[in-house]
Amino acid sequence: MKARTLRGRVAIAGVGETAYYKHGRAPVSEFQLALQAILAACADAGLDPRAIDGFASYSNDRNDPSRIAAALGLPELRFSNMQWGGGGGGGSAAVANAAAAVAGGLADCVVVFRALAQGQFQRFGAAPPVATVSGEQAMTFPYGLISPAQRFAMRVMRYLHEHDIRPEAQRAIALASYHHAQANPRAVMHGRPLTAEAYDASRWIVEPFRLYDCCMENDGAAALIVVSAERARDLRPRPAYLLGAAQGSEHRNAARAHNAPLYATSSFTTVAPHLYAMAGVGPGDVDVVQSYENFTGGVLMSLVEHGFFTAKEANDVLVVDNLLAPTGRLPLNTSGGNLAECYMHGLELVIEAARQIRGESTSQVEGAEVSMVISGPMVTPVSSLILGGAATV
Amino acid sequence: MAPAASYLPAGLPAPVPEPDGLDAPYWAGTRRGELLVQRCERCRAWQWGPEWICHACLSPEVGWTRVDGRGIIYTWERAWHPVHPALREHGPYIVVLVELAHAGGIRMLGNLLGDPRQVVTIGAPVEAVFEPHDDAKVPFTLVQWKVI
Ligand SMILES: [Zn+2]
Repeated sequence: MKARTLRGRVAIAGVGETAYYKHGRAPVSEFQLALQAILAACADAGLDPRAIDGFASYSNDRNDPSRIAAALGLPELRFSNMQWGGGGGGGSAAVANAAAAVAGGLADCVVVFRALAQGQFQRFGAAPPVATVSGEQAMTFPYGLISPAQRFAMRVMRYLHEHDIRPEAQRAIALASYHHAQANPRAVMHGRPLTAEAYDASRWIVEPFRLYDCCMENDGAAALIVVSAERARDLRPRPAYLLGAAQGSEHRNAARAHNAPLYATSSFTTVAPHLYAMAGVGPGDVDVVQSYENFTGGVLMSLVEHGFFTAKEANDVLVVDNLLAPTGRLPLNTSGGNLAECYMHGLELVIEAARQIRGESTSQVEGAEVSMVISGPMVTPVSSLILGGAATV
Repeated sequence: MAPAASYLPAGLPAPVPEPDGLDAPYWAGTRRGELLVQRCERCRAWQWGPEWICHACLSPEVGWTRVDGRGIIYTWERAWHPVHPALREHGPYIVVLVELAHAGGIRMLGNLLGDPRQVVTIGAPVEAVFEPHDDAKVPFTLVQWKVI
Protein backbone atom coordinates (compact mmCIF):
# COMPACT_ATOMS: atom_id res chain seq x y z
CA MET A 1 0.00 0.00 0.00
CA LYS A 2 1.22 3.47 -0.88
CA ALA A 3 2.01 5.69 2.08
CA ARG A 4 -1.08 7.66 3.06
CA THR A 5 0.22 11.20 2.78
CA LEU A 6 -0.29 14.42 0.88
CA ARG A 7 3.42 15.26 1.13
CA GLY A 8 4.70 16.63 -2.17
CA ARG A 9 1.65 15.46 -4.10
CA VAL A 10 0.05 18.84 -4.80
CA ALA A 11 1.04 22.48 -4.92
CA ILE A 12 -0.44 25.96 -4.82
CA ALA A 13 0.03 27.18 -8.39
CA GLY A 14 -1.61 30.57 -8.11
CA VAL A 15 -2.85 33.06 -5.56
CA GLY A 16 -5.14 36.05 -5.87
CA GLU A 17 -7.00 38.58 -3.84
CA THR A 18 -9.21 41.60 -4.34
CA ALA A 19 -8.28 44.96 -2.97
CA TYR A 20 -8.82 44.78 0.78
CA TYR A 21 -11.33 47.19 2.26
CA LYS A 22 -12.34 48.43 5.65
CA HIS A 23 -15.51 46.79 6.92
CA GLY A 24 -18.51 47.87 4.88
CA ARG A 25 -16.45 49.68 2.24
CA ALA A 26 -16.44 47.12 -0.60
CA PRO A 27 -17.85 48.83 -3.71
CA VAL A 28 -19.24 45.56 -5.10
CA SER A 29 -21.16 42.58 -3.75
CA GLU A 30 -19.55 39.73 -1.87
CA PHE A 31 -20.20 37.40 -4.81
CA GLN A 32 -18.42 39.77 -7.19
CA LEU A 33 -15.48 39.87 -4.79
CA ALA A 34 -15.31 36.07 -4.86
CA LEU A 35 -15.24 36.03 -8.67
CA GLN A 36 -12.56 38.73 -8.78
CA ALA A 37 -10.29 36.81 -6.43
CA ILE A 38 -10.73 33.53 -8.29
CA LEU A 39 -9.95 35.15 -11.64
CA ALA A 40 -6.91 36.86 -10.13
CA ALA A 41 -5.62 33.53 -8.82
CA CYS A 42 -6.09 31.95 -12.27
CA ALA A 43 -4.22 34.83 -13.91
CA ASP A 44 -1.42 34.47 -11.38
CA ALA A 45 -1.17 30.74 -12.16
CA GLY A 46 -1.31 31.33 -15.91
CA LEU A 47 -4.32 29.07 -15.95
CA ASP A 48 -7.48 29.21 -18.07
CA PRO A 49 -10.32 29.61 -15.52
CA ARG A 50 -12.26 26.94 -17.47
CA ALA A 51 -9.74 24.42 -16.12
CA ILE A 52 -11.21 24.77 -12.62
CA ASP A 53 -13.24 21.71 -11.67
CA GLY A 54 -13.61 22.02 -7.92
CA PHE A 55 -14.09 24.40 -4.98
CA ALA A 56 -13.26 24.23 -1.29
CA SER A 57 -14.10 26.75 1.39
CA TYR A 58 -14.89 27.00 5.10
CA SER A 59 -16.85 28.80 7.78
CA ASN A 60 -20.10 28.62 5.81
CA ASP A 61 -18.93 30.87 3.00
CA ARG A 62 -22.10 32.27 1.44
CA ASN A 63 -20.94 31.99 -2.17
CA ASP A 64 -22.22 28.74 -3.58
CA PRO A 65 -19.72 26.84 -5.77
CA SER A 66 -22.41 25.78 -8.22
CA ARG A 67 -23.31 29.41 -8.87
CA ILE A 68 -19.63 30.27 -9.26
CA ALA A 69 -19.20 27.35 -11.69
CA ALA A 70 -22.15 28.63 -13.71
CA ALA A 71 -20.85 32.19 -13.66
CA LEU A 72 -17.43 31.01 -14.83
CA GLY A 73 -18.96 28.78 -17.50
CA LEU A 74 -17.06 25.75 -16.25
CA PRO A 75 -17.37 22.66 -18.47
CA GLU A 76 -18.01 20.53 -15.39
CA LEU A 77 -17.97 20.65 -11.58
CA ARG A 78 -16.33 17.66 -9.89
CA PHE A 79 -15.70 18.72 -6.27
CA SER A 80 -17.66 21.01 -3.97
CA ASN A 81 -16.55 21.03 -0.37
CA MET A 82 -17.34 22.95 2.80
CA GLN A 83 -15.23 22.50 5.93
CA TRP A 84 -17.43 22.47 9.03
CA GLY A 85 -16.68 24.86 11.87
CA GLY A 86 -16.68 28.55 12.49
CA GLY A 87 -14.08 31.26 12.65
CA GLY A 88 -10.93 30.79 10.63
CA GLY A 89 -10.30 27.26 11.85
CA GLY A 90 -10.95 25.86 8.39
CA GLY A 91 -8.42 27.95 6.47
CA SER A 92 -5.71 25.33 6.24
CA ALA A 93 -8.22 22.49 6.26
CA ALA A 94 -9.90 23.82 3.11
CA VAL A 95 -6.51 23.69 1.37
CA ALA A 96 -6.01 20.17 2.68
CA ASN A 97 -9.45 19.11 1.48
CA ALA A 98 -8.69 20.50 -1.97
CA ALA A 99 -5.33 18.72 -1.89
CA ALA A 100 -6.94 15.43 -0.91
CA ALA A 101 -9.38 15.76 -3.78
CA VAL A 102 -6.58 16.36 -6.28
CA ALA A 103 -4.30 13.67 -4.86
CA GLY A 104 -7.17 11.19 -4.74
CA GLY A 105 -8.30 11.82 -8.29
CA LEU A 106 -11.65 13.41 -7.45
CA ALA A 107 -10.71 16.62 -9.28
CA ASP A 108 -7.75 18.15 -11.10
CA CYS A 109 -7.86 21.85 -10.31
CA VAL A 110 -9.52 23.01 -7.11
CA VAL A 111 -9.98 26.62 -6.06
CA VAL A 112 -9.84 27.40 -2.36
CA PHE A 113 -11.60 30.68 -1.71
CA ARG A 114 -13.10 32.87 0.99
CA ALA A 115 -15.15 36.00 0.40
CA LEU A 116 -16.34 38.30 3.15
CA ALA A 117 -18.30 41.51 2.94
CA GLN A 118 -19.56 41.77 6.49
CA GLY A 119 -21.01 45.19 5.84
CA GLN A 120 -23.57 43.45 3.63
CA PHE A 121 -24.41 40.86 6.29
CA GLN A 122 -24.27 40.33 10.07
CA ARG A 123 -20.93 41.29 11.66
CA PHE A 124 -19.01 38.66 13.62
CA GLY A 125 -18.25 41.03 16.48
CA ALA A 126 -21.80 42.22 17.16
CA ALA A 127 -24.60 40.39 18.93
CA PRO A 128 -27.21 38.90 16.60
CA PRO A 129 -30.57 40.71 16.92
CA VAL A 130 -32.54 38.03 18.75
CA ALA A 131 -34.89 38.22 21.75
CA THR A 132 -34.31 34.68 23.03
CA VAL A 133 -31.52 32.13 22.90
CA SER A 134 -31.36 28.41 23.64
CA GLY A 135 -28.80 25.65 23.92
CA GLU A 136 -25.25 26.75 24.64
CA GLN A 137 -26.13 30.38 23.90
CA ALA A 138 -28.69 30.31 26.72
CA MET A 139 -25.81 29.64 29.10
CA THR A 140 -23.62 32.46 27.75
CA PHE A 141 -25.55 35.32 26.12
CA PRO A 142 -27.60 36.37 29.19
CA TYR A 143 -24.27 36.91 31.02
CA GLY A 144 -22.99 39.22 28.29
CA LEU A 145 -20.72 36.43 27.01
CA ILE A 146 -21.57 36.91 23.35
CA SER A 147 -18.80 37.91 20.93
CA PRO A 148 -15.80 35.82 19.82
CA ALA A 149 -13.49 38.04 21.91
CA GLN A 150 -15.63 37.36 24.97
CA ARG A 151 -15.81 33.66 24.16
CA PHE A 152 -12.02 33.26 24.05
CA ALA A 153 -10.78 35.79 26.62
CA MET A 154 -11.28 33.38 29.51
CA ARG A 155 -9.19 30.67 27.80
CA VAL A 156 -6.33 33.09 27.35
CA MET A 157 -6.74 34.51 30.87
CA ARG A 158 -6.36 30.99 32.28
CA TYR A 159 -3.33 30.29 30.10
CA LEU A 160 -1.57 33.52 31.05
CA HIS A 161 -2.28 32.71 34.71
CA GLU A 162 -1.02 29.12 34.52
CA HIS A 163 2.26 30.11 32.90
CA ASP A 164 2.91 33.60 34.34
CA ILE A 165 2.92 35.19 30.89
CA ARG A 166 3.14 38.99 30.84
CA PRO A 167 1.00 41.35 28.68
CA GLU A 168 4.13 42.29 26.69
CA ALA A 169 4.05 38.86 25.02
CA GLN A 170 0.66 39.59 23.45
CA ARG A 171 1.83 43.10 22.59
CA ALA A 172 4.84 41.80 20.65
CA ILE A 173 2.54 39.76 18.39
CA ALA A 174 0.42 42.82 17.59
CA LEU A 175 3.47 45.00 16.95
CA ALA A 176 5.00 42.43 14.58
CA SER A 177 1.85 42.31 12.44
CA TYR A 178 1.66 46.10 12.24
CA HIS A 179 5.38 46.34 11.47
CA HIS A 180 5.05 43.97 8.51
CA ALA A 181 1.93 45.74 7.24
CA GLN A 182 3.97 48.94 6.77
CA ALA A 183 5.91 47.19 3.98
CA ASN A 184 2.77 45.74 2.38
CA PRO A 185 0.79 48.14 0.15
CA ARG A 186 -2.18 45.70 0.13
CA ALA A 187 -2.54 46.03 3.90
CA VAL A 188 -5.50 47.94 5.28
CA MET A 189 -3.17 49.28 8.01
CA HIS A 190 -0.40 50.23 5.55
CA GLY A 191 0.73 53.71 6.56
CA ARG A 192 -0.77 53.30 10.05
CA PRO A 193 2.13 52.09 12.22
CA LEU A 194 1.56 50.97 15.80
CA THR A 195 3.88 51.83 18.70
CA ALA A 196 4.21 50.04 22.02
CA GLU A 197 2.94 53.23 23.69
CA ALA A 198 -0.19 53.33 21.52
CA TYR A 199 -0.82 49.66 22.25
CA ASP A 200 -0.49 50.21 25.99
CA ALA A 201 -2.81 53.22 25.85
CA SER A 202 -5.48 51.43 23.80
CA ARG A 203 -8.80 50.56 25.37
CA TRP A 204 -9.79 47.19 26.73
CA ILE A 205 -12.17 45.18 24.59
CA VAL A 206 -12.36 42.41 27.14
CA GLU A 207 -9.54 41.73 29.58
CA PRO A 208 -6.96 40.35 28.73
CA PHE A 209 -7.47 41.72 25.18
CA ARG A 210 -6.88 45.35 24.25
CA LEU A 211 -8.10 46.84 20.99
CA TYR A 212 -4.91 45.87 19.14
CA ASP A 213 -5.06 42.28 20.33
CA CYS A 214 -8.23 41.79 18.27
CA CYS A 215 -8.50 41.16 14.53
CA MET A 216 -10.07 43.67 12.19
CA GLU A 217 -13.30 43.04 10.29
CA ASN A 218 -12.88 43.67 6.57
CA ASP A 219 -14.37 43.26 3.13
CA GLY A 220 -12.64 41.40 0.32
CA ALA A 221 -11.93 37.98 -1.11
CA ALA A 222 -8.97 35.68 -1.54
CA ALA A 223 -8.41 32.55 -3.62
CA LEU A 224 -5.71 30.05 -4.47
CA ILE A 225 -5.34 27.26 -7.01
CA VAL A 226 -4.48 23.70 -5.96
CA VAL A 227 -3.24 21.31 -8.68
CA SER A 228 -0.97 18.26 -8.81
CA ALA A 229 2.73 18.86 -8.21
CA GLU A 230 3.52 17.91 -11.83
CA ARG A 231 1.01 20.35 -13.25
CA ALA A 232 2.16 23.10 -10.92
CA ARG A 233 5.73 22.74 -12.18
CA ASP A 234 4.45 23.24 -15.73
CA LEU A 235 2.47 26.31 -14.75
CA ARG A 236 4.95 28.39 -12.81
CA PRO A 237 8.61 28.47 -11.82
CA ARG A 238 8.29 28.24 -8.02
CA PRO A 239 5.11 26.52 -6.88
CA ALA A 240 4.50 26.12 -3.15
CA TYR A 241 4.27 22.40 -2.48
CA LEU A 242 2.06 21.10 0.29
CA LEU A 243 4.26 19.16 2.71
CA GLY A 244 1.64 18.41 5.32
CA ALA A 245 -1.72 19.39 6.77
CA ALA A 246 -3.83 18.42 9.75
CA GLN A 247 -7.11 19.44 11.32
CA GLY A 248 -9.21 18.66 14.40
CA SER A 249 -9.11 19.31 18.14
CA GLU A 250 -8.61 17.58 21.47
CA HIS A 251 -10.87 15.20 23.42
CA ARG A 252 -14.25 16.88 23.97
CA ASN A 253 -12.95 20.30 22.96
CA ALA A 254 -16.53 21.37 22.21
CA ALA A 255 -18.03 20.22 25.53
CA ARG A 256 -20.68 22.83 26.06
CA ALA A 257 -20.55 25.93 28.22
CA HIS A 258 -16.73 26.03 28.50
CA ASN A 259 -16.33 22.44 29.76
CA ALA A 260 -13.49 21.25 27.51
CA PRO A 261 -11.31 19.05 29.76
CA LEU A 262 -8.21 20.81 28.40
CA TYR A 263 -9.54 24.34 28.62
CA ALA A 264 -6.55 26.64 28.17
CA THR A 265 -5.58 25.54 24.67
CA SER A 266 -5.57 26.85 21.12
CA SER A 267 -6.95 23.38 20.18
CA PHE A 268 -3.73 22.28 18.44
CA THR A 269 -2.19 19.90 21.00
CA THR A 270 -3.33 16.82 19.06
CA VAL A 271 -3.29 18.45 15.61
CA ALA A 272 0.31 19.73 15.48
CA PRO A 273 1.95 16.28 15.90
CA HIS A 274 -0.02 14.98 12.89
CA LEU A 275 1.07 18.01 10.89
CA TYR A 276 4.76 17.48 11.56
CA ALA A 277 4.50 13.72 11.01
CA MET A 278 3.09 14.19 7.53
CA ALA A 279 5.40 17.05 6.59
CA GLY A 280 8.50 15.21 7.77
CA VAL A 281 9.91 18.34 9.38
CA GLY A 282 10.08 19.73 12.91
CA PRO A 283 9.58 23.20 14.38
CA GLY A 284 13.28 23.95 13.96
CA ASP A 285 12.97 23.50 10.19
CA VAL A 286 10.24 26.13 9.80
CA ASP A 287 11.55 29.35 8.26
CA VAL A 288 8.46 31.55 8.58
CA VAL A 289 5.03 31.30 10.26
CA GLN A 290 1.65 32.83 9.50
CA SER A 291 -0.49 32.30 12.61
CA TYR A 292 -4.16 33.32 12.59
CA GLU A 293 -4.76 36.25 14.87
CA ASN A 294 -8.33 36.26 15.99
CA PHE A 295 -6.71 37.43 19.23
CA THR A 296 -3.01 37.69 20.04
CA GLY A 297 -3.35 35.26 22.95
CA GLY A 298 -4.49 32.61 20.49
CA VAL A 299 -1.33 33.12 18.44
CA LEU A 300 0.73 32.75 21.59
CA MET A 301 -0.85 29.39 22.45
CA SER A 302 -0.68 28.21 18.81
CA LEU A 303 3.06 28.83 18.65
CA VAL A 304 3.61 26.90 21.87
CA GLU A 305 1.43 24.03 20.73
CA HIS A 306 3.34 23.85 17.45
CA GLY A 307 6.54 23.44 19.45
CA PHE A 308 8.34 26.69 18.66
CA PHE A 309 8.93 27.36 22.35
CA THR A 310 7.45 26.31 25.67
CA ALA A 311 4.88 28.32 27.59
CA LYS A 312 7.57 29.01 30.19
CA GLU A 313 9.74 30.58 27.47
CA ALA A 314 6.95 32.79 26.08
CA ASN A 315 8.03 35.95 27.92
CA ASP A 316 11.55 35.66 26.55
CA VAL A 317 10.75 34.58 22.99
CA LEU A 318 7.78 36.86 22.31
CA VAL A 319 9.68 40.11 21.90
CA VAL A 320 9.28 42.12 18.73
CA ASP A 321 12.77 41.63 17.29
CA ASN A 322 12.38 37.84 17.34
CA LEU A 323 9.20 38.06 15.24
CA LEU A 324 10.35 40.35 12.42
CA ALA A 325 11.43 39.36 8.92
CA PRO A 326 14.04 38.97 7.67
CA THR A 327 16.34 38.52 10.67
CA GLY A 328 14.11 37.45 13.55
CA ARG A 329 14.35 34.00 15.08
CA LEU A 330 10.69 33.30 14.26
CA PRO A 331 9.36 35.67 11.54
CA LEU A 332 5.63 35.91 12.16
CA ASN A 333 2.67 37.18 10.12
CA THR A 334 4.86 38.79 7.48
CA SER A 335 2.01 40.37 5.48
CA GLY A 336 0.39 41.96 8.52
CA GLY A 337 -2.12 39.15 8.92
CA ASN A 338 -5.60 39.48 10.34
CA LEU A 339 -4.53 42.37 12.55
CA ALA A 340 -3.10 44.68 9.94
CA GLU A 341 -3.24 43.30 6.37
CA CYS A 342 -6.82 42.12 6.12
CA TYR A 343 -9.20 39.90 8.02
CA MET A 344 -9.90 37.61 5.07
CA HIS A 345 -10.64 34.89 7.59
CA GLY A 346 -7.05 33.76 7.42
CA LEU A 347 -6.94 32.77 3.76
CA GLU A 348 -4.66 35.78 3.23
CA LEU A 349 -2.24 33.94 5.55
CA VAL A 350 -2.08 30.94 3.19
CA ILE A 351 -1.42 33.30 0.28
CA GLU A 352 1.37 34.95 2.24
CA ALA A 353 2.89 31.57 3.13
CA ALA A 354 2.95 30.72 -0.61
CA ARG A 355 4.49 34.10 -1.43
CA GLN A 356 7.29 33.38 1.06
CA ILE A 357 8.11 30.16 -0.82
CA ARG A 358 8.02 32.09 -4.12
CA GLY A 359 10.29 34.80 -2.72
CA GLU A 360 7.63 37.44 -3.33
CA SER A 361 6.68 38.62 0.15
CA THR A 362 6.90 42.30 0.97
CA SER A 363 8.75 41.14 4.11
CA GLN A 364 10.65 38.26 2.58
CA VAL A 365 12.56 35.75 4.67
CA GLU A 366 15.71 35.05 2.67
CA GLY A 367 15.66 31.59 1.13
CA ALA A 368 12.47 30.47 2.87
CA GLU A 369 11.88 26.80 2.05
CA VAL A 370 9.50 25.74 4.84
CA SER A 371 6.51 27.99 5.45
CA MET A 372 3.75 27.30 8.00
CA VAL A 373 0.14 28.43 8.34
CA ILE A 374 -1.82 28.05 11.57
CA SER A 375 -5.57 28.58 11.17
CA GLY A 376 -8.14 29.67 13.73
CA PRO A 377 -6.85 29.05 17.23
CA MET A 378 -9.29 28.15 20.03
CA VAL A 379 -12.20 27.15 17.78
CA THR A 380 -12.86 23.54 16.78
CA PRO A 381 -11.88 22.14 14.40
CA VAL A 382 -8.66 24.07 13.87
CA SER A 383 -6.15 23.31 11.14
CA SER A 384 -2.59 24.00 10.08
CA LEU A 385 -0.38 23.27 7.09
CA ILE A 386 3.21 23.45 5.92
CA LEU A 387 4.30 24.53 2.44
CA GLY A 388 7.72 23.81 0.98
CA GLY A 389 9.91 24.92 -1.88
CA ALA A 390 11.43 22.70 -4.56
CA ALA A 391 14.33 21.75 -2.29
CA THR A 392 11.95 20.07 0.18
CA VAL A 393 10.25 17.60 -2.17
CA MET B 1 -32.22 35.96 48.99
CA ALA B 2 -32.72 37.31 45.52
CA PRO B 3 -31.08 40.63 44.66
CA ALA B 4 -33.43 43.49 43.92
CA ALA B 5 -32.15 44.01 40.41
CA SER B 6 -30.33 41.98 37.82
CA TYR B 7 -26.56 42.29 37.46
CA LEU B 8 -26.76 43.28 33.78
CA PRO B 9 -29.31 45.69 32.31
CA ALA B 10 -32.55 44.39 30.80
CA GLY B 11 -32.66 43.74 27.08
CA LEU B 12 -30.09 41.00 26.62
CA PRO B 13 -31.37 37.84 24.90
CA ALA B 14 -33.44 35.74 27.32
CA PRO B 15 -32.67 32.04 27.77
CA VAL B 16 -35.31 29.51 26.80
CA PRO B 17 -35.05 25.72 27.14
CA GLU B 18 -34.03 23.86 24.01
CA PRO B 19 -36.97 22.75 21.88
CA ASP B 20 -35.93 19.10 22.27
CA GLY B 21 -36.08 19.36 26.07
CA LEU B 22 -32.44 18.47 26.72
CA ASP B 23 -31.73 21.22 29.23
CA ALA B 24 -35.28 21.72 30.56
CA PRO B 25 -34.48 20.20 34.00
CA TYR B 26 -31.66 22.73 34.50
CA TRP B 27 -33.83 25.74 33.74
CA ALA B 28 -36.73 24.39 35.80
CA GLY B 29 -34.32 23.82 38.71
CA THR B 30 -33.05 27.38 38.66
CA ARG B 31 -36.63 28.64 39.07
CA ARG B 32 -36.78 26.69 42.36
CA GLY B 33 -33.33 27.92 43.46
CA GLU B 34 -31.75 24.52 42.77
CA LEU B 35 -28.64 23.82 40.75
CA LEU B 36 -29.14 20.66 38.68
CA VAL B 37 -26.49 19.03 36.50
CA GLN B 38 -26.21 15.69 34.76
CA ARG B 39 -24.78 12.57 36.36
CA CYS B 40 -24.74 9.20 34.65
CA GLU B 41 -26.93 6.65 36.40
CA ARG B 42 -24.76 3.80 35.14
CA CYS B 43 -21.12 4.91 35.59
CA ARG B 44 -21.68 7.95 37.87
CA ALA B 45 -19.69 10.29 35.60
CA TRP B 46 -20.56 13.97 35.94
CA GLN B 47 -21.49 15.81 32.79
CA TRP B 48 -21.94 19.50 31.96
CA GLY B 49 -23.28 20.97 29.64
CA PRO B 50 -26.05 18.56 29.12
CA GLU B 51 -26.01 15.90 26.43
CA TRP B 52 -28.29 13.03 25.49
CA ILE B 53 -25.83 10.28 26.39
CA CYS B 54 -23.01 9.87 28.88
CA HIS B 55 -19.66 10.79 27.34
CA ALA B 56 -17.86 8.26 29.55
CA CYS B 57 -19.92 5.07 29.08
CA LEU B 58 -22.38 6.11 26.33
CA SER B 59 -25.40 5.16 28.41
CA PRO B 60 -28.60 7.05 27.61
CA GLU B 61 -29.51 6.89 31.32
CA VAL B 62 -28.11 10.31 32.20
CA GLY B 63 -29.89 11.53 35.27
CA TRP B 64 -30.08 14.96 36.91
CA THR B 65 -28.55 15.59 40.31
CA ARG B 66 -28.80 18.61 42.59
CA VAL B 67 -25.37 19.98 43.47
CA ASP B 68 -24.13 22.39 46.11
CA GLY B 69 -23.66 25.81 44.53
CA ARG B 70 -20.10 26.31 45.67
CA GLY B 71 -16.92 26.34 43.66
CA ILE B 72 -13.76 28.22 42.83
CA ILE B 73 -13.05 30.74 40.09
CA TYR B 74 -11.31 28.77 37.32
CA THR B 75 -10.94 31.77 35.02
CA TRP B 76 -12.61 35.11 34.34
CA GLU B 77 -12.86 38.09 32.04
CA ARG B 78 -13.87 41.73 32.37
CA ALA B 79 -15.79 42.91 29.31
CA TRP B 80 -15.60 46.60 28.42
CA HIS B 81 -16.65 46.90 24.79
CA PRO B 82 -20.46 46.70 24.52
CA VAL B 83 -21.38 44.21 21.80
CA HIS B 84 -25.13 44.44 22.46
CA PRO B 85 -27.32 47.57 22.46
CA ALA B 86 -28.48 46.77 26.01
CA LEU B 87 -24.89 47.11 27.25
CA ARG B 88 -24.17 50.54 25.78
CA GLU B 89 -23.26 53.09 28.46
CA HIS B 90 -23.27 50.29 31.04
CA GLY B 91 -19.53 50.02 31.72
CA PRO B 92 -17.50 46.93 32.47
CA TYR B 93 -18.86 43.67 33.83
CA ILE B 94 -17.27 40.41 34.93
CA VAL B 95 -17.90 36.89 33.68
CA VAL B 96 -16.49 33.96 35.64
CA LEU B 97 -16.07 30.27 34.93
CA VAL B 98 -16.52 28.37 38.19
CA GLU B 99 -15.16 24.89 38.82
CA LEU B 100 -17.20 22.57 41.03
CA ALA B 101 -14.67 20.14 42.50
CA HIS B 102 -17.38 18.18 44.34
CA ALA B 103 -19.18 17.53 41.02
CA GLY B 104 -16.37 15.99 39.04
CA GLY B 105 -14.76 19.32 38.23
CA ILE B 106 -17.54 20.48 35.91
CA ARG B 107 -17.56 24.21 35.22
CA MET B 108 -20.42 26.69 35.23
CA LEU B 109 -20.66 30.22 33.86
CA GLY B 110 -22.11 33.36 35.37
CA ASN B 111 -21.40 36.95 36.30
CA LEU B 112 -19.39 37.78 39.40
CA LEU B 113 -21.60 39.97 41.59
CA GLY B 114 -20.29 43.08 43.26
CA ASP B 115 -17.99 45.84 42.05
CA PRO B 116 -17.33 45.29 38.33
CA ARG B 117 -13.86 46.76 38.82
CA GLN B 118 -12.95 44.45 41.71
CA VAL B 119 -9.72 42.47 41.66
CA VAL B 120 -10.58 38.92 40.58
CA THR B 121 -8.48 36.02 41.82
CA ILE B 122 -8.33 32.66 40.08
CA GLY B 123 -8.88 30.03 42.76
CA ALA B 124 -11.08 32.23 44.95
CA PRO B 125 -14.10 30.42 46.48
CA VAL B 126 -17.53 31.54 45.28
CA GLU B 127 -21.15 30.57 45.85
CA ALA B 128 -24.17 30.59 43.57
CA VAL B 129 -26.80 33.33 43.79
CA PHE B 130 -30.09 32.84 41.96
CA GLU B 131 -31.23 35.89 39.98
CA PRO B 132 -34.90 35.60 38.99
CA HIS B 133 -36.28 37.42 35.97
CA ASP B 134 -39.97 37.07 36.81
CA ASP B 135 -41.12 39.79 34.43
CA ALA B 136 -39.66 38.15 31.32
CA LYS B 137 -42.12 36.92 28.71
CA VAL B 138 -41.05 33.42 29.69
CA PRO B 139 -39.80 33.87 33.27
CA PHE B 140 -36.33 32.49 33.94
CA THR B 141 -33.64 32.52 36.60
CA LEU B 142 -29.93 33.05 36.06
CA VAL B 143 -27.25 31.53 38.25
CA GLN B 144 -24.76 34.18 39.34
CA TRP B 145 -21.74 33.93 41.64
CA LYS B 146 -20.34 35.91 44.53
CA VAL B 147 -17.07 35.66 46.40
CA ILE B 148 -17.35 34.12 49.89
ZN1 LIG C 1 -21.84 6.80 32.08
